[in-house]
Parts: sequence; structure tokens; C-alpha cells
Amino acid sequence: MGVQQWFYSLPMRLRSLFRPHQVDQELREELREHLDQQIEANIAHGMSREEARYSALRALGGITQIEQQCRDARGGIFFEDFVQDLHYGFRQLFRSPGFSALAILCLTLGIGANAAVFSWMEGILFRPYPAVAHQERLFAIGGTAPGESRGTPLSWPDFIDLRRNCTLCEDSFVSKITGSTLSIGDHAETATGSIVSANYFDAIGVRPILGHAFEPSDDVGSDSHPVVVISYQLWRNRFKGDPEIIGKMQRFNNVPHTIIGVAPQGFYGTFVGWAMQFWVPVNMEETFENDGYKLEDRNARWIEAYVRIKPGVSRAQAQQEVSAISAQLQSSYPATNRGRGMQLWALWQTPFNNAGSLLPTLEVMVAVVAFVLLIACANVGNLLLVRSLVRRHEMSVRLAIGASRLRLVKQLLTEGLLLSALGTAGGVLVAYWCRHALVLLLPARSGISMYLPGEIDGRVMALSAAVCLLVTLVVGFIPAFQTRNLDVAGPLKSESVGVVGARGRTWMRSGLVVFQVCLSFILLVGAALLLESLQKIRTTNPGFLTTSVVVTGLPLLTAGYDLPGAKVFEDELIDRLSVLPGVESAAFAAMTPLGYGSFSSTPIAVDGYQPSLEEQPTVEYNQVSPVYFATLGIPVLTGREFTRADNENAPLVAIVNRTMVLRYWKGEDPIGRRLQVKGRWARVVGVAADSKYESMRETPRPFFYVPLRQEFTLRSALNIRTHQPLQSLRTALMREVHALDGNLALYEMITLQEQVNRSTSPQLVAVTLVSILGGLALLLAGVGLYGVMSYAVAQSTRELGLRMALGAGAANLLRLVISRGLRLTAGGVLFGAIAALALTKLLGKLLYNVSPHDPWVFGSALAVMALTAVSACLLPAWRAARTEPARVLRDS
Amino acid sequence: MSKPSDLVQGTLDMLLLKILALEPMNGWAISQRLKQISSDVLGVSDGSLYPALHKLEHRGWIRSQWKSSENNRRAKFYSLTQLGRKHLEKETANWNRVSTAISGIVKLKEA
Repeated sequence: MGVQQWFYSLPMRLRSLFRPHQVDQELREELREHLDQQIEANIAHGMSREEARYSALRALGGITQIEQQCRDARGGIFFEDFVQDLHYGFRQLFRSPGFSALAILCLTLGIGANAAVFSWMEGILFRPYPAVAHQERLFAIGGTAPGESRGTPLSWPDFIDLRRNCTLCEDSFVSKITGSTLSIGDHAETATGSIVSANYFDAIGVRPILGHAFEPSDDVGSDSHPVVVISYQLWRNRFKGDPEIIGKMQRFNNVPHTIIGVAPQGFYGTFVGWAMQFWVPVNMEETFENDGYKLEDRNARWIEAYVRIKPGVSRAQAQQEVSAISAQLQSSYPATNRGRGMQLWALWQTPFNNAGSLLPTLEVMVAVVAFVLLIACANVGNLLLVRSLVRRHEMSVRLAIGASRLRLVKQLLTEGLLLSALGTAGGVLVAYWCRHALVLLLPARSGISMYLPGEIDGRVMALSAAVCLLVTLVVGFIPAFQTRNLDVAGPLKSESVGVVGARGRTWMRSGLVVFQVCLSFILLVGAALLLESLQKIRTTNPGFLTTSVVVTGLPLLTAGYDLPGAKVFEDELIDRLSVLPGVESAAFAAMTPLGYGSFSSTPIAVDGYQPSLEEQPTVEYNQVSPVYFATLGIPVLTGREFTRADNENAPLVAIVNRTMVLRYWKGEDPIGRRLQVKGRWARVVGVAADSKYESMRETPRPFFYVPLRQEFTLRSALNIRTHQPLQSLRTALMREVHALDGNLALYEMITLQEQVNRSTSPQLVAVTLVSILGGLALLLAGVGLYGVMSYAVAQSTRELGLRMALGAGAANLLRLVISRGLRLTAGGVLFGAIAALALTKLLGKLLYNVSPHDPWVFGSALAVMALTAVSACLLPAWRAARTEPARVLRDS
Repeated sequence: MSKPSDLVQGTLDMLLLKILALEPMNGWAISQRLKQISSDVLGVSDGSLYPALHKLEHRGWIRSQWKSSENNRRAKFYSLTQLGRKHLEKETANWNRVSTAISGIVKLKEA
């Protein structure tokens, strides 16, 4: 039926579906009118009134019959058929509950996996910030600089200029993650929060449920206005939901803050993965950032900015304007902004948080769940095929008594729809249960509450519905295809007798099994490759000791230490620790390798190195105390370690790594040469071996170290080389700390190996998810193979009996069935291997030091597949081997 | 649906469309016109007329409207739609082709 025809007929069809009585009423009226006119005409021809009436009635025929005929003629039939099919489909469903349960379970798993991944993508990548308005127009803004592949933070003055000049932006705001020690009563805990611009809550459309948000004046000053908005969780858990909370004081980083607002439930801030617990305005930046007053410093790049562009403005247009603004800034402030631009990032690419680390995994997952869905569909298709063979009789009878083939296909599609709709409902439920599953796969860290929700919204539901329709078509058409060569007479005769391995009708079922094996082989290869990569990553030498080094921290800032006090405290603590039994050495460092947060970076200059015009050499570095290298086991190749003599009064010194020597000194010995750090010249005193700094997957890169004393920070980590178990070390350490300061607490204490594991958790997530789904696929494929072989054996008992009667032993029959099963498997593996060779490259970023064509991986996937195939065939084969020739031959 | 037995399937549809192509009519008038132009040869009973009309309406070829007739009685008037006109043209061409062929065969002289 064409579109035009629907245009005319749809309103009528709907009317006859929903207003049948009105339609019937009109028909009756129409017929009465006809009669009246006929009677009048008859009278005009000279009949008596009675005669005229009788004649007219006879001419028209039975009113009831006409009504029924008219009802039949109406298109409402389409819907009535559908309802009838649905009714019939439900009866079918309950007639074979085992079949229905298996089919629905397969579809639930297949569709559920898809819905879960959709919901994760929606919740983590596309709408990552619950309760935040208009996220589709929200973009992160990062700085760009030559030599920086990722986005850099912005400076506050640059942000202010951006906000003032961006005409295409509806709102722009700042949200910079920070941490604090929160003590309420005698209970201390770390808490994660954000430093935000004063317009933050207005810009994201979140209204505090108690109190109010920040005032514009909170954007200026130096620690001028200590106010805080706390999260709903913090309010409920730590303040026991105190309704009088507004106006009360709470210490953050040892500074009393006035609580001015409580954020609504279900708002977690704007940092993917972590739930924020408090928000403070930028004027308090010094209290939380602790490296000086930065609100007027264009060189201090520390903020993470967002813009919401106006409706109807494209990303490209906004980028153009932002680029123009940053070009303006470059010419106005060449000293600080030369070569620096600004870039819009989609929320899922935000350079500042966890979204990016899960992106490659989720991308791969989309393909993986599509495979699982296809395998599930093939399984259900196979089940339906078996059933359609059973139902051939029914179908033939229906054809024989006059059903059109189209009508049968409609019936089968309706049954398919019923199955997939139930599967989809189950699938969405699965996705709902799994919405927080990702958090379970990521390691817990103290003081941070992870929040990586799946979001089941309209878009996810729409996608799931689309999947449902697709599945309906697939599982409905497979048996419908089978009715193609259904003739009326054939099935009414007796069931034909099959032969193991016979072609003909079974080709479609075998094809489906080959398809399933093929897809699950690809998934197996993918899972094995990821597993291998994870193994390689975790066992790669990071260039420092992992199991024998423990790292922790002390909240010196929160405890109120000033710089000189902290220096004295740290020296004394190191002295005490070095004489503890079981402790080999201990050292402070500003940053822990592979930790969250980024190393400081600085433009450098090197005597004798001439950078090209465009290049502004920038290198990251760490501030470390004496014996840091010995403690972490990083070899010092030439020269010396830092000593206590390298303090704030001594000449500036630095230790560079090997890659830096190769890059900037062309491999010559740099000892005694000069290196400019943050505009001051330091002398190189040693060369350290390369190690991993931010990621286990990084390639060697230039890096250097300066003495902690020459660029001191209150937030350094304490590294201890020891062979003692964590618990006893912690006790010993606490004793020493309390000997110096009875009020100090300790942060979480972990080994560097744990740190390595945490930094590789995105890989772990990928491996776990792909393995679970790969296993599921394998199971489904095994069930499919089992089904096909069981059916083949059941259909060919006569042949098997004959073979046995002619002298074949049980072992022969066993071999016959298994070899047939293996032939199907081999076909699937062959196609799977070819596809896998092409597809595994897509794993790209997730692979580490493993060739996507690794022969060992393909070999072990083959072994697993073969094992599964043999186990799937064993039961049917065993049944075949137990054929009793006499009975079978007698029966036939 | 019961049809006049000697009426080729689809022919009644075509006749009704043709009749309505001339002017909109109510059911009774259509039945009179049918009798008149086909000189009762086709034997379409009044009873089978209405289901046929309803089918055409649901195919979107004709549409109906309640209107007052000249002697001020409410009656349901059927008229041809754009789509129906197109369908009629197609069917008429088809009919001409087939009937020419058939009458050609029927007129063959037996040897």
C-alpha cells in the first residue's frame, strides 16, 4: 500500500478500529435511507405502501449479512488480524514453555547486553552529568600548546576574557576538582570537591534544596569569602540531614567555611566517574590549590572550563569564535600566551576526567554486544526453525484451508515480535540492574565515591526498541523463509527420514551454527588479545620497584602546618623511619608515578640546544627528597642523587632522565651542564634511568627531577621501601608520626603495585566485559551446536540403526556425529579467523605490546572453540551410539 | 464476500468507480444507475453494493460524506478521490486491453 493510499485510508481504519459502533450505526442509517428511497420509488411506480416496503426489503437482502460483509470489507481487518495473531502467539508461547523460556532468555541476554552498553554510553559519555541542564550543548574547553597532545588547563584571566568575549556562548563556568580533609567531631576523612566559578549552579541549572548558591562577588578576592555548598550525600551522611545546616561552620583544609547551600539529591557535580561532595568558589583557590594566588596570573593554568553554546550554534562556529578570542589573547599577552590556543571538547572527550579512559572500551563494547545479539538471534532463529518443522503440519493445514502465505508470514512475524518484545523488556531490566556495574570493576580508592551510572532515558529506550524491531524481523523471517517451499501435500504425508549430514532442509540451520561459531570465535580472539595485553601491561617493568615500595601521605596542610614547620617535620620523620627495622629507606615526592593528577611542567632551555621557531620545549618534572631514587629503585646511571645539602640555600640542581639526555644533549654527558627551569638556571648533577610516569602504556619521554626543598609543596607523598606487610608498617609509621604530632592522621597506604593496578583499571574493565560477553557468546554457540546435532541425530535414527545393523560399532557412530559437529565448527572458525584478522585491529588503543594477529591467541581461541564444540556434540553423539538397531528398523 | 457469480472479480469495482467519476451519488442512486446502464444484465443485488462501496472507501479510492439531498433528507454521498481516478484510468486501460484480446479470441471462426 502506497503512502498516498494510507493517507486516505488510515483515518478510516483507525475509526473502524476504535469507534466500531459509530461505524455500524452509520451503516444502518445509510441502509435505512436506501430503503426509504426505494420504497418511495416503488410507490411512485404504483405499488401500495405495504407492497413497496416488502419489495424494497427483498431487493436489499438481509441487513445483518450486509453489515457483516461491510465489516469484512473494511481495513480494520489488518488490526483485528494483528490482535488475533497476538492472541494466538501467546497461546503458542504457553504451549511450549521450555522453548519460549529459552528463546526469551537468549534474547534477554542479547538485548540486555546492548541496552546496558547503550545506557553506559548515554550515562558516561553523552549525558555524563546527572541533573545538569542541556548537556547536548555543553562542551569542555581545554588549552592547546605546541607539543601538548591533550588539552591543558586554562588560566583564570584567560577564562574571564573568554567569558567576556564569547558571543555564541550561553554560559561558561569553571569546575576544578580538588580534595580536602573533612573532620567532623573526632572523625576525619578525605572528601572530593570542586572549585567552581560563582555562576556554576546557575549555569548548570541546579538549584540548592536548602540555602542558596554563590554570589558574583565570590569570583574575586584572595581567600576572601569562605563559603561552601555541600552535596546531598554529605548533608545526609555526615550532617545527619540537619535542617538547620545553613549558616553553620565547617572546616575545610583548616579554614572555617560557612555552609550556604545543600545541592539536590541526584546531582553529583561535573566530573565523570566521581561524585563531588562539596563546592567552593574560586576566591578560595589558595586554600585548596596551595600554590599561591592565581586569579590574576595568566601563566598559572589550573582551571577546567566548560561552555554551553547557544541553541542553533554549531560546534564549528563556536570553535571559530573561541579560536579568534585565543588569537587575540596571544597578541595581547605574548609573554604568557604565545602559541597557546583553546579548543572545544565534546563531553566524552573531556581531557580532565575519567570519560576518556573508558571511551575505547565502550567503543569496542558496542561491536561486541552487537555480536552477542546476532549470536542470540541466530540461536532463537534456530529454535524457531526446529519448531517450524514441528509446526509444518499446522501451517500446511492453514494453507490448505485457504490462508494466504502473507497471512502466515504475518503470523510468524507477530510471534517473533512477541518474543523480542518480552526479550527487550527483560533486556532493559538487565540494563537497569547493570547500570552501576562499571563501578564494581574499578578499584575503590579511599575518600572518593565513584559514580559511573548507566542512564536509561528516552534515547536508550528508543534504541532498544529499534533493536527489538530488528530482532523481530530476523527471528520472524527465518522460519517465514522456511514456509517458502512449504507445499500443501508434502507435510501432510509422513515425516521424511533424514540422514546424518544430509543436505537439504538442514542447510539453513547449519548455516546459522557456522555463523554463531564464527562470531563467537571473533569474540574469543578479542578477549584473549585483551587478556594478553593486560598481562603484558601489568608485568611490564615500570622502571621502579612495585611490590616493595609503599606510598601514603600526610594531611600537613589541613593540620595547619606552614612551609618551614612542614620541612622540619618531614626531615624528622624520615630520620625516624630510616632506623625502623624492616624499612630500607623513605623519601617524599610531590607526585606519585601513575597517580591521578598531572606532574608540574615547565618550559625549559638547555645550553647548546637550539629549539626550532615553533617549538617551545616543555618538560614535566617531579620534586623529590633525598634517597628518592634508592627508595623507588630507579637506577641513577651517572652522577649523584639529591642530598640534604641540596636545599633552598644551595645552588639549584636537577637530575634528568635518559630520554631527556638523548633529546636535548644528543646523548652527551650532561653532568655539570645548565638547564633552565621556570626561568631559573639549574645545574644537572645526575642522569636517572627512564621509567613510567603517567601511564604504563607510555613510550619513553623526557622527564627530570628537582630537589623537593628547592620547590617545596605541602602535599607530597611519602614513599617507603620495605619488606614488611602493610598492616604492621602502618602501625609502626603511625607510632612515629604520633611521636612527632599526636593529631596527625594518615591517608590511604598502598603499594606501588596497587598503584600500577589502579592505573590499568580501564584495561581491566575492558578485559572483564569482553571476557564475560565472550563466554556468553561461547555458551550460546555451544547451545546452538548442541541443538542442531541433537536434531540431526533424532531425525536420522533409521540411518544410524541401519549402519549399526550393518556392523558399525558405537565408536563409529560417536565419531560420525562428532566429526559432523566439528565440520560445522571448523567452517565457523575458518570464517571467524578471517574476520578476526581484519577486525582485531579495531582494538587498537586497548592492545599493548600484542600483535592483533598473535598466533598464540588465535591458537588458544581455536582450542577453546574446539573443546566447546566437542562437549556440545558429546550428548547427541552418545545418544546416537546407543541406537538400538532392531527397534529402530522395526519402528520404521 | 458474496458477489454476483458471473461478474469478473474487480469488474464491479471498476463499474462503481466509473459511475462515481461522473458525479457524486448516494448508495440508492448508484444502485439505480447500475441497473439502468447495465440493463440488469449484471444482476448486482442492492445487498452486495454496500460492502463493495465500503471496500473501495477503505482502499482510499472513494470517499463519503453525509449531505442533504434535494428533498432535504440526509444521505451518504460517495465521490471519487484523486487516487481512485488514477486507479480507474489504470483499470480501464487494462480492461480495454484484455477485453479486446478476449473478444478477438471469441470471434475466431472455427475451422
